[in-house]
Amino acid sequence: MKKILSSTPLIMLIFSVVVLSAPIWLAPLGANYPDLLQKFAIFGIFAVGYNILFGLTGYLSFGHATFLGIGSYTAVWSFKLLTMNILPAIILAMIVSGVFALVIGFLSLRRSGIYFSILTLAFAQMAYSLAYSVLTPITNGETGLQLTQQDPRYLDAIAGIPVKDGLPSTNLFGTLIKSMDGYFGFYVAAVVLIVAFYISLKIFRSPFGMKLRAIKSNQTRMKYTGFNTRPYLLTAFVISGMYAGLAGGLLASIDPLAGAERMQWTASGEVVLMTILGGVGTLIGPLLGATIIKYFENIFSALNSNELHKIFDFLPEGMENFMVTVVGPFVGEGWHLTLGLVFMIVVIFLPGGIMQGISHLFGFIKRIFGMGDKPAPVDDTVNNDSVSKGGAS
Amino acid sequence: MSNDKTPTLDRRGFLKASVATSMAATAPMFFMKDAFAKGEAFRNSPKADAKTITLGFNVPQTGAYADEGADELRAFKLAVKHLNGEGDGGMMNTFKPSALKGNGVLGKKVEFVTGDTQTKSDAARASAKRMIEKDGVLMISGGSSSGVAIAVQGLCQEMGTIFMAGLTHSNDTTGKDKRRYGFRHFFNAKMTGSALGPVLKEEMGTERKTYHLTSDYTWGWTQEESIKETTEGLGWKTVKTVKTPVGAGDFSQYITPILNSGADTLILNHYGKDMINSLTQSVQFGLRDKQVNGKNFEIIVPLYSRLMAQGAGKNLQGILGTTNWNWALTDDGSKAFVKSFGKEYGNPPSQAAHTCYVQTLLYANACEVAGTFYPPEVIKALEGFKFDGMGNGKTEYRAEDHQCFKDVLVVRGNDKPTSQFDLLKIVKEVPRSAVEYEAKVFGGDLGPYKV
Amino acid sequence: MDAILIQLLNGLDKGGAYALIALGLTLTFGTLGVVNFAHGALFMLGAFCAVLFNKVLTISAKVKDESITFFDAYKETPYLELWWGDTGATIIDYSVPLSILFVIPIMLLVGVIMERGLIKHFYKREHADQILVTFGLAIVIQEIIRHFFGANPIPTPAPDVVAGSAAVGAFFGLNENLVYPWWRLIYLAFSLSIIGAVFAFLKYTTFGMVVRAGMADRETVELLGINVQKRFTIVFGIATVVAGLAGAMYAPILPPDYHMGMDFLVLSFVVVVVGGMGSLPGAVAAGFLLGLLQSFASMNEVKAIFPGIDQIIIYLVAVVILLVRPRGLMGREGVFED
Repeated sequence: MKKILSSTPLIMLIFSVVVLSAPIWLAPLGANYPDLLQKFAIFGIFAVGYNILFGLTGYLSFGHATFLGIGSYTAVWSFKLLTMNILPAIILAMIVSGVFALVIGFLSLRRSGIYFSILTLAFAQMAYSLAYSVLTPITNGETGLQLTQQDPRYLDAIAGIPVKDGLPSTNLFGTLIKSMDGYFGFYVAAVVLIVAFYISLKIFRSPFGMKLRAIKSNQTRMKYTGFNTRPYLLTAFVISGMYAGLAGGLLASIDPLAGAERMQWTASGEVVLMTILGGVGTLIGPLLGATIIKYFENIFSALNSNELHKIFDFLPEGMENFMVTVVGPFVGEGWHLTLGLVFMIVVIFLPGGIMQGISHLFGFIKRIFGMGDKPAPVDDTVNNDSVSKGGAS
Repeated sequence: MSNDKTPTLDRRGFLKASVATSMAATAPMFFMKDAFAKGEAFRNSPKADAKTITLGFNVPQTGAYADEGADELRAFKLAVKHLNGEGDGGMMNTFKPSALKGNGVLGKKVEFVTGDTQTKSDAARASAKRMIEKDGVLMISGGSSSGVAIAVQGLCQEMGTIFMAGLTHSNDTTGKDKRRYGFRHFFNAKMTGSALGPVLKEEMGTERKTYHLTSDYTWGWTQEESIKETTEGLGWKTVKTVKTPVGAGDFSQYITPILNSGADTLILNHYGKDMINSLTQSVQFGLRDKQVNGKNFEIIVPLYSRLMAQGAGKNLQGILGTTNWNWALTDDGSKAFVKSFGKEYGNPPSQAAHTCYVQTLLYANACEVAGTFYPPEVIKALEGFKFDGMGNGKTEYRAEDHQCFKDVLVVRGNDKPTSQFDLLKIVKEVPRSAVEYEAKVFGGDLGPYKV
Repeated sequence: MDAILIQLLNGLDKGGAYALIALGLTLTFGTLGVVNFAHGALFMLGAFCAVLFNKVLTISAKVKDESITFFDAYKETPYLELWWGDTGATIIDYSVPLSILFVIPIMLLVGVIMERGLIKHFYKREHADQILVTFGLAIVIQEIIRHFFGANPIPTPAPDVVAGSAAVGAFFGLNENLVYPWWRLIYLAFSLSIIGAVFAFLKYTTFGMVVRAGMADRETVELLGINVQKRFTIVFGIATVVAGLAGAMYAPILPPDYHMGMDFLVLSFVVVVVGGMGSLPGAVAAGFLLGLLQSFASMNEVKAIFPGIDQIIIYLVAVVILLVRPRGLMGREGVFED
C-alpha cells in the first residue's frame, strides 16, 4: 500500500489531475477565476523552488524575491526587444536569474546561519532600492516596466508579424496559443508547475537531495569526513533561484508588467512564510502555503459588509447581523489581521506546518478505522521531514 | 472556444457532462481580445434583462494610504447610493448637464465590489483582474498613487474595461502613459506648478533660491520638473535638487546640507508619510526661523492632502501648497456633497473622496448619454465632456489626453483652526485658464477604442 | 568643513537611534536565542504609548463650531488647560518626556506576558518557526493599533522649549549656520544613557553577571543550580522596555503610525548581525558605524560620484563586513550559525 502510494508516476498522476482540475474544485471557494488560478500556480512554482534550498539544506534565504523580479524584468525586456513569444522570454528569465543566483549565492554561501540570511537580505534590498530609483532607465522605477507600441521586437519584425493597433499580446508561437489571457495563462502555468514539481520530486529523491539533507542535519560532520559542501549548496541555491526566475518570467508572460516592489523584502519574506506555513521540507507544503496566502490576499481582502450579508443570508436576521459584526474586522481591510493570526495558530499548534496537520488527520482516520497499529504518515517522502521536525520539538 | 482550452481534461476523460455544463456557464469569462468583433458583445456586457450592474472600487485598504483609501470607499458608497436614488442625491442635484435619473444606470441598479491595492502595482492589478474576471465589473475606479494608477490603467486598456482614476497627481497618468480607457479627474503636477506660480511671485517676489527634496520615483520627478519650470520662469534660481529614497523615515541627513547651501526656499516634492516626516523634521531643524539672503526662509509643499496634513500637526501652519478640492468651498456642488457626506459619515470628505465620487457620477452619466455600456461609446461620451456643478467650477474632460481641466486651489496650512477639520485655508482659486497646457507637451498615445 | 561636522553629528544622532533599537534585539538574541520579528512592533508600541499618553492628557472639552451644520466640528480645549490653566498646558507640552513613566510599566508588562505566554514555548523550536510566530504577532499588534488609531501618522510634538534648534556652531565658535535640533541632541544623550545603563546593569550587578554567564554557557550555569530561565524572562522584559523607550522618544522625530515598526525591522536586524550575533558592544558599534556611514553617503558630493549610494550604503557595508569578518564586528563563534 505504502509503496504504491509513494511511486512517482502515481504521485505525478494525482498531482496533475488535482492541478489541472483546479478551476472546477476551487469553484465553491470563489477562487476559480483565471488571475487567481495563475497566481496559485506561479507562486506555487516559486515556493516549490524555494523549498529546494530551504527545505533540503535549511539555509534560510531572505532575498529570493530578487530572482523573481529579475526574471520578470528579463521577460518583459525580451517582449520589448525580441518577440512576444513567451518561450524565449521564460528561458532567458531563467538564465539571467540563474546567473544572478550564482553570483549572490557564491558570496552569501561563504557564511551560514543568520549571517547567510542577512547577506541575502542585503543583496535583495540593494537590488530593490536600485531598481526603484537609479536603475529606472532599465526598470521604469515605481511605475514598472511596461510594453509600448513603439517597442522594436526585432525577431517579430524579422518574422514579419504585423504591428496592429494597440499592444500585442504574449503568445506561444503565434498560433499554438494566441494569447496568454484568462484560462490559457492558467493552463500554461499549470503545466509548468507540474514539470517543476516533477523535477523537485526527483531532486528530493536523488542522491543529490540526500546529500543536501545530510548538510542540513549536520554540516560539521559532513565537513570532517572530507566532504566539500559548498558546491552542493551553491547548486541548490542556483536551482531555486532559477525556479524563482521561472516564476517571474511566467508572471510577466501572463501580465507583461514588472515592478520593483516584486523584489522588496516583504516579497522575499512572503515566500518564506508560504514555505513554513505549508510545511518546510515537504513536497506539497510550500504549494499549499502559497495557495493559502494568495487566497487571503485576493479573496479575504475583497469581502466587505455587503458580501458578508450575502454569505450569512441563511441565518435569521439577528444572527446574520451578529455574524457580520463579528467577522467584519477580520476580512476586507482586516485581512492582514487574519493572516497574522493564522501564522501564529499554525506555527504554535502545528510545528511542521499544515502538512503536519494533514498527516495527523490521516493518522487519526487510520486509527479510527483500525488500519495499521500506529499513526503512520500516509507517504513518507511527502511527509518525513515535517514529522521528524514535529518530533524534535 | 472553451473546448480548446481544456484539452488535457477532455483527453483524460475527467470531465463529466455536468462539469462541462458548468464550464460552459462560465463561457462569458473566456472572452478574449477579439471580443469586440462581435458587435456590442463586450467583456462583462450585462444581459438585456439583468437588473443590476457591478462597479469595482479598488482602493488601498492596508499600508500607508489606508485611511485615504477608506475615505475613497466612503465616497464610492455614497455615489452608488445617490445613483440608485437613495439619500439626498448630493451632487446629482447640482451636476449639469446631467442625464442621470436616480434609478441606477440605464435602468439597472448599481452594485459594487471592493478590493485592496496595498499601494502596490502587482496587488492592484491582481485585485482589478479579480473584479473583471470574477465579479464582472464594467468600470474600475480608485487608487491613491500614480504608480498604481498607471499600472491599473494599462491593464484596463488591455481588458477593455474603463478606468476612472482616483487620486493620482503624476503628469504621466495622462501624459506619456495615457490610455484610451483611462480618465483622470484629479489635477497634476504641471497644473500645480502653473497654479502656484502667481501666488509665489506675489508672496515671495522674483529673487529666490530654491532647494528641492524629491521623492525618488516617477511622481516625484514629474513634480520637481514642473515646479522647477514654474519657479525658474519667475526668475528664481534652483540651487540644488536632491533625490530622497521613498519611505526614508528619517530625512535629517538630507536636511543638514540645506542649512549651508545659500538657498532660502525649500520645496518638498514628497507625499503622504514622506511629506509628514520631511516637513516635521525640516521645521525641527529651524529652517522656518532662519533668515537667508535677507529673507525669511520658506518651505513649500506643492501637493497637499488634508488627511495626511493632520499628521504634520502644527508644522504645517503657514505653508503654501495646492489641492484639487477642499470641503470649505462654497459653490453649490461642493456644499451639496459636503452636506450629504457629512450627514452620512459625520466628517467632511477629503479631496480623494471628492474625486472618486465625481468620477463615479461621471461614468454613470456617460453611460446614460451613450445609451449603452459599450465602452467605446461611453469613452466617446466622456471625451470632451463639459460640465459644471461638481466643485472646481466649469470643467472639461479633454479628449486628447483624458485629463480634466478645472480650477485649482492654492491653500495654506491654517494657523488658527476653528475646528479639527479646519486645517487648510484657501488662498486662491486659480481659474482653469491659468493652468491649461497643450496636450502634446507630454507625448504618449491613447491607443485604440476597440481592443 | 562645516558640512562634515554637521554630517558627523547627524551620523551620531542616527547611530544612537539604530544602536538603541538594535540593543533590545540583541538582548533577546543573545540571552534567549530567539529571533524576535516582533521587535519592530514593540518599538511601534512604545511610540503609541506616547501617543496614548498625549491623547489622555488632551481629553478635551468640545465647543461646537456652529458655522458648520453638516457634521460635528469642534474646537477642542483640553480639560487640563481648563482646570489648571498654564500649568495644564505645560504638562501637555511635556507629554512625550513624561510618557516615559507610562511606557516603562506598560512595556515591562507586555514583555513579560509575551515571554511567558508565547516566546517561552519557542526556545527549542527552529529559528524559522520563531520568525513565523513573531512575525504573525507583529502583524496582529500592528492591526490592533490600526484599529484604534487609524493608518495616518499622528503628530506627537516635543516640548516647545526644545522644539527648535540649538546653535551648535555658535557655541563652539564656528559657523553660525551650524544648528541642530534640540530634540535630536536629547535623543542622542538619551540613547547613550540607556545603553550605558544596560551595560552597567549587566556588568556590575549579580543579576547581570548571571545573565552574562548564561549567555556564554547556559548549561553550566544551570548545572550550578541557578534558575537562568527566570532571569531571562526579566531580560526579555528589559529588552521590551528598551524598545518601547526608543519608540516613545522617537515620536517627535517621526510622527508614529501603525507601520513604523516594520520599517525599522530590517534595519535593526542588519545592525545586530553586522555587530555580531549576541554581542551587545557589537550592536552598539554597528549602530553608530552604519548611522555615520549613512549620513556621509547622503552628502551631495558623495552622491555626485556614486549615484544612489545613500539608498544602499547600509546593505553594502553589511555585505562587506560579513564577507570580511565571518561573525560580524564582534560576534562569538557558534552563535546562530547552525
